[in-house]
Amino acid sequence: MGAPGAETAEREMPGGNGYVGRALKRKEDPRLITGRATYVDDLVLPSTLYAAIVRSPEAHARITAIDTSAAAAREGVEAVFTGEDLADMAAPCPMVWVPPGVEVHVPEHWPLARGKVGYVGQAVAVVLGDDKYAVVDAAEQVVVDYEPLPVVVDPEAALEEGAPIVHEQFGTNKVFEWSLAGGDVEGVFAAADVVLERRIVNHRTAGAAIEPRGALAEWREGHLTLWSSTQIPHIARVILSIQLGISEERIRVVAPEVGGGFGSKLQVYGEEVLVAWCARKTGRPVKWTATRSDDMLTTHHGRDQIDYVRIAARRDGKMTGIHVRVIQDCGSYHLIEGPVIPTFTSCVISGVYDFDAVQTDVVGVFTNKFTTDAIRGAGRPEATHLLEVCVDQLADELGIDRLELRRRNFITEFPNERPHGFVYDSGDYHGTLDRCLELLDLDAFQREQAQLRERGVHRGVGFSTYVEICGLGPSRALGPDGWGMQGGYFESAQVRVLPTGTAMVYTGTSPHGQGLETSFAQIVADRLGLDPDAIEVIHGDTNTGPFGKDTYGSRSLSVGGEAVARAAQKVQDKAKRIVAHKLEAAPEDIEVSEGAFRVKGSPEQALSLADVATEAYIPADLPEGMEAGLDEICFYDPDNFVWPFGAHACVTEVDVETGRVEIVRWIAVDDCGRAVNPKLIDGQVHGGAAHAIGQALYEQIRYDENGQLVTGTFVDYGLPTAAEIPSFETARTETPSPTNTLGVKGVGEAATIAATPAIVNSVLDALRPLGVSYLDMPLTPERVWAAIQEARR
Amino acid sequence: MSTTVPIRLSVNGKPHELDVEPRLLLVHLLRDRLGLTGTHVGCDTSNCGACTVHLDGEAVKSCTVLAVQADEAEVTTIEGLAAGDDGLHPLQEAFWEDHALQCGYCTPGMIMAAADLLARNPDPTEEEIRLGLEGNLCRCTGYHNIVAAVRDAAAEMRGASAAAKTPEVV
Amino acid sequence: MIPPEFDYAAPDSLDAALQALADGGEDAKPLAGGHSLLPLMRLRLAAPTLLVDLRRVPGLRALERENGGWRIGALSRHADLQRRAELGVLAETTALIADQQVRNRGTIGGSLAHGDPASDLPAVLLATEGTVTVRGSAGTREIAAADLFEDYMTTAIAPGEILTEVRVPALDGWGHAYEKFTRRAEDWAMVAVCALVSRADDGSCADVRVALTNMGSTPLRATAVEEALRGRPLDDETIARAAEQAAEGTAPPGDLNASPDYKRHLARVLTRRALRRAAEG
Repeated sequence: MGAPGAETAEREMPGGNGYVGRALKRKEDPRLITGRATYVDDLVLPSTLYAAIVRSPEAHARITAIDTSAAAAREGVEAVFTGEDLADMAAPCPMVWVPPGVEVHVPEHWPLARGKVGYVGQAVAVVLGDDKYAVVDAAEQVVVDYEPLPVVVDPEAALEEGAPIVHEQFGTNKVFEWSLAGGDVEGVFAAADVVLERRIVNHRTAGAAIEPRGALAEWREGHLTLWSSTQIPHIARVILSIQLGISEERIRVVAPEVGGGFGSKLQVYGEEVLVAWCARKTGRPVKWTATRSDDMLTTHHGRDQIDYVRIAARRDGKMTGIHVRVIQDCGSYHLIEGPVIPTFTSCVISGVYDFDAVQTDVVGVFTNKFTTDAIRGAGRPEATHLLEVCVDQLADELGIDRLELRRRNFITEFPNERPHGFVYDSGDYHGTLDRCLELLDLDAFQREQAQLRERGVHRGVGFSTYVEICGLGPSRALGPDGWGMQGGYFESAQVRVLPTGTAMVYTGTSPHGQGLETSFAQIVADRLGLDPDAIEVIHGDTNTGPFGKDTYGSRSLSVGGEAVARAAQKVQDKAKRIVAHKLEAAPEDIEVSEGAFRVKGSPEQALSLADVATEAYIPADLPEGMEAGLDEICFYDPDNFVWPFGAHACVTEVDVETGRVEIVRWIAVDDCGRAVNPKLIDGQVHGGAAHAIGQALYEQIRYDENGQLVTGTFVDYGLPTAAEIPSFETARTETPSPTNTLGVKGVGEAATIAATPAIVNSVLDALRPLGVSYLDMPLTPERVWAAIQEARR
Repeated sequence: MSTTVPIRLSVNGKPHELDVEPRLLLVHLLRDRLGLTGTHVGCDTSNCGACTVHLDGEAVKSCTVLAVQADEAEVTTIEGLAAGDDGLHPLQEAFWEDHALQCGYCTPGMIMAAADLLARNPDPTEEEIRLGLEGNLCRCTGYHNIVAAVRDAAAEMRGASAAAKTPEVV
Repeated sequence: MIPPEFDYAAPDSLDAALQALADGGEDAKPLAGGHSLLPLMRLRLAAPTLLVDLRRVPGLRALERENGGWRIGALSRHADLQRRAELGVLAETTALIADQQVRNRGTIGGSLAHGDPASDLPAVLLATEGTVTVRGSAGTREIAAADLFEDYMTTAIAPGEILTEVRVPALDGWGHAYEKFTRRAEDWAMVAVCALVSRADDGSCADVRVALTNMGSTPLRATAVEEALRGRPLDDETIARAAEQAAEGTAPPGDLNASPDYKRHLARVLTRRALRRAAEG
C-alpha cells in the first residue's frame, strides 16, 4: 500500500496546534459571499478616464492610415492614441525565455500595433473619455485602413514551403526548434518489437476566468499605481519599469480580488502597460475593463499542439522508449513566456513509466492567431494526454490489459532520475491506482458494462495515471543558465508578530481563489501557537512585504507556503530564545504547545505569544545581542520541483445514435504530498477536472481559414455548466515530498493534467464493440457520431 | 446623447429616483450609480449569470435588462439578500461551509440564482439543482461543492420553515 | 458590450404604443422582455432608434382557456408557462428554453416575433397550428403559424404592428414531446423536434404533427413524416420508418456545432424519439 509516510504516518505538528491537515472553512469567504470583495472594476477614482480599444478586424494586414479625428471630436472624448503616439515607450512587451544555445524569434510586440497587425483583435488605437459608454461609441468612429496580407492559420501549413510569412524579417514561420533527449533513443527504437505511432491534436482552449481582465492606473507626483486583475503583480512591476522607463520604486502594482486566472492572468498584457502610459500622458486615472469578447480575442489561449508520438515496446509489455515531435502553434506574437510552454511537455514525457530513453523535439510556429501561453497545466496536460491515450492504444496493440501494461511499467523507486535528467522526488503509483480501482469497483463495472451492452447501451471506463512537475521552481534549473527563464523562482514570506501577539503574514505569491489566506494561516498558527483567525495573510501588493514571484505553476504552497513555514520557524526560534531567557531555561527546552511557549516537562512554565511580543517590542530585557522586534523574512528557493501524481477513472455513456457523451462517474485519487487543508485540495481537484472535461468534450477556440475567431463569446465557446459536469468521487494518498519541510506538493493543476485522457479512453472503451479505435478532442457529438459512421463502413 | 428617462425603483428595500440614459443596463445602474459592486459582469451574451439579481422576486440577468425596464420594480442584490445587517442567508452560510467558491467572482450571481431555484423548488434533487443553475458559469469549483451547498441550504431552509410553522410550546 | 443609443418610450396603452411605433418610423421596435433584442443590441448587431417598451400596456399577460384553446398574452413570460402542465407541449418546451433567468424575462410574444428558427417556440406554434394576433394602425389581424415565419428572423408581422396575443389549440388528449438536442443545457438547439400525436381508439395514429427547430431558415413541418404515420399503428417500427422521412426536403445550414448532414441525421433520430414519447402520452 502506501509509501513510507502515507496516510497513516504520524503527523509532525510543529507547535502542537494541529491546524495543518484540517479542513477549515476559508478566511477569505465572508467578503466574497456578501458581495463586499473588491475586484478591479469595482474600484472608483475621481476623474477617471475610461478606455475603449479599437481592435483589428484583420488577421494579417498592413495599416495604411488611421483617422482618429471623428472619434476625437466627440463630446466627452479626452484623447485618442495610436501606435505612433507610443513612440516614447522604452521597450516592447517582453518575452522572458532565452534558452542558452537556442535561437528564438521574437517579433517586437507593442501595446498598440505599429504599421502591421498579425491577428484579429490586435489593439490599434485607444479612446479615452469621461463616460464608459460614450468611449465605446467613439471607438467605432476611428477609421483604420488596412491592406490585407495573406493569412496562415494552420501551424503545419505555416511550416511548408511557400506559406505566407507572418513576420517577414525572420523569413520563416519557425519560432524555434529545440530538443530534449536522454538515454539511447535510437537504440531502443531499433530494438523494439512494436513501435506505436499516433498523431494527436491537442486543440486550442481559453482560460476563461469568469472575471474578464481589467486595469486601473493612476499617475500622481511621479508615481504610478496600477491595479490589475493579474496573477503576477511583482513581475508586472519589473516589466512596467522596463517598458515605461519609470524607476521601479515609483511603481506600485496591486492585484486586488482577482476573479480567477488559470494562467490567463500570468501575464503582463499590452493593455496594462497602455493604461499606465495613458495615465502618465493625461495625468488622470485611466481604467480599462475587458468585455468577454475582448477577453476571448486577446487573453492568451492555451494548448494548440500537434504531437507526433512514437512509443517503443517489447512484446512482453515493457515500454522502452518514447519520442514525441511537438508542433506548438505560438500565434503571431509572444507574450511573457509563450514559447517555453511545450518545454513542460518534455519534462513529464516519461510520465509514470520507466522508459529507458525519451526524446521530445519541439518546434514553435507563428500563425495569424492570438498568442498561446500558460493555461492551467501548461504543457503537462498535453504530455499526459498523448501518453495515456497512447498507452491504451499500445495495450490494444500488444493484447495486454491496459492497467496491467501500466503496472508493468510503473516507476517504483524514489527518488528516481529519468533519462532526461529530471528527478522525481517521491511517488507511489500503484497506491493511487489501487485506491482508484477500489473506489470504482472495476469488476462490478465490467459486469454492468457487459449487461448494458446487450441492451445496446454503451458505457466505458477510462483511466489516466499521471505524474506532473510543479512547484516552480529551482532557480538553478529554470533560470538564465538552465532553461533560460530570465528570472529567479524563489518565493518570499514575511511573518510579523504584532505587539499584542497576533500576526501578519506577507507572501510573495498572489492568490486568486486558491485559499492561501487560510492555508498559510494554518501553517503559521501551528508554528506560533496561534488561532488562524489571529493571523492576517497579505498578498498582491508590491508596496507590502518583500519582493515575490507570484502565483502560477502550482507553486504557491510548495514554494510560497514553505517560505511562510520557514519565516514562521525563524520567528518561533527567536521567540524560544526570548522565552528561554525569561524563564531561565535553554531555548532547545522550549516547545510550542496548546497555544503557548512552554518549558518541556513543566508545561505550567509558559509564556504566550503576546507575552513574547511584549518583550520583543518593549526591549528592556532581551537576551544579550538580540535585536528588538519579532518579524522575520525568508526567501526560499527549492532544490527540486515537486512531483504530484495520481490515478483518475472516468465512466462515460455514449448515445451512439447522436454521438453525445455523458460522464456517469468520476473517481480521482490524487497525491499532493501532505494535506494542509483537505477542503481546498478537493476544491482544486473538482475544478481542475472540470477544466479538463471542458476541453475534452465542449471547449475549443476556433479560427476560420481567414483567421477570424469564430468562438468569440460564451455562446460559441462551450464552457460547461453544472448540468454537464458530474459529481466527483475524490480520495487522497499522502506521500510526503522530501523537497520541502512541509512535505507538500502542488494541486492546482493536477486534475487538469490528469483528466482528458481518462475521458477519451473511456469513450473509446465504450465504443470498442463498434470498432472506433481513436478520437481527437473535443469529443463533440458530431465527431463521435462521424467516427461511429466511419467505423461501420 | 438621447434624452434621459426618470425612473423610480427600490433596491434592497431602499427607494431610489434617478435619471438614466435609456440604454443604461441594470447591472451598470447597480454598480456605477448605486455603488453595489457585488453584482458582477462576466460576459456580454447573457450566458455567465454573474450579474444575476432579483427583479420583483425573480432571478434575472441584470446585463440583459435595461435600467428603464426596472422602473417601478423591486431589486434585490447579493448585498441585500440576508435579512439582517450582519447575518448571512442560509445559502451564503452553506457556500462558506461547503467551500462552494474559490475566486468568488461568480458567487453572488450563483447564490442569487440558487435562491430563485429554492423559491420554486424547496427540495430539489441533485439533477434539478444542476439544471436549475444552467444559467451560471463557474470556472473554479467544478460545481460539485456548489451543488452540495444548495442542497444543504435547502435542507436548512426547509428545517427553518418547518420550525417556524411549529407552534411554540411554552 | 453595451447597446448603441436609442430613444425610449413606455406608453400605457396599446394605442399609444402603436402611435409611438408609427412616429418612430421603420427603425422603431417594440420591446417586451428584451431577451431576443437586447443581446443583439449589445453585440451591436441591431441598432433600433426607438424602443417602445410594452411593460405598461395592460392586459398583455393573460392566460385563459377559451373556445377549446389557450389565449396567451404576448407578454406572458416563459416562466409563467413552464409549470402549467395543462398547457401540454407549450409547458414542456418553455421549461427547456435557455435558463431560468432568461425564462423569467423572456416572453412568448417576443420569442415568436423575433422569428429565430433556432429558438423553440416557433416550431411549437407551427406544430400546434396556433395563431398570433397582431394589432396595427389598420386594425387587428390573425396570422396562422404556417404564414408567420417567412425567412430567417423575418415574420409576417409588419413594421408598426405589435403581437398582442398567441392562440394555441388545447389539443386535449394528444400526446406531446419536444426533443431538444443541445451541446450544453443552456444552449440553442442544434436541432429540436416537436411531435404531437392523437391516438385513435384502436391505438392507431388518428392524427400527428411534427415540426422541426433549426433545420432551415424558418421552423419546418415534417409533412412526409406525418403522412407516413397518419392512420397507421403507433408501434416502434412504424414510427421508426416514418421518422426516416424527417429531413425530407430540408436544407439546413451548417454551423459551429453541426454540419448539414449531421443535422439531418439528428432530425431523424429526434423525430423518432419524440414520436415514441408523444405516442406513449
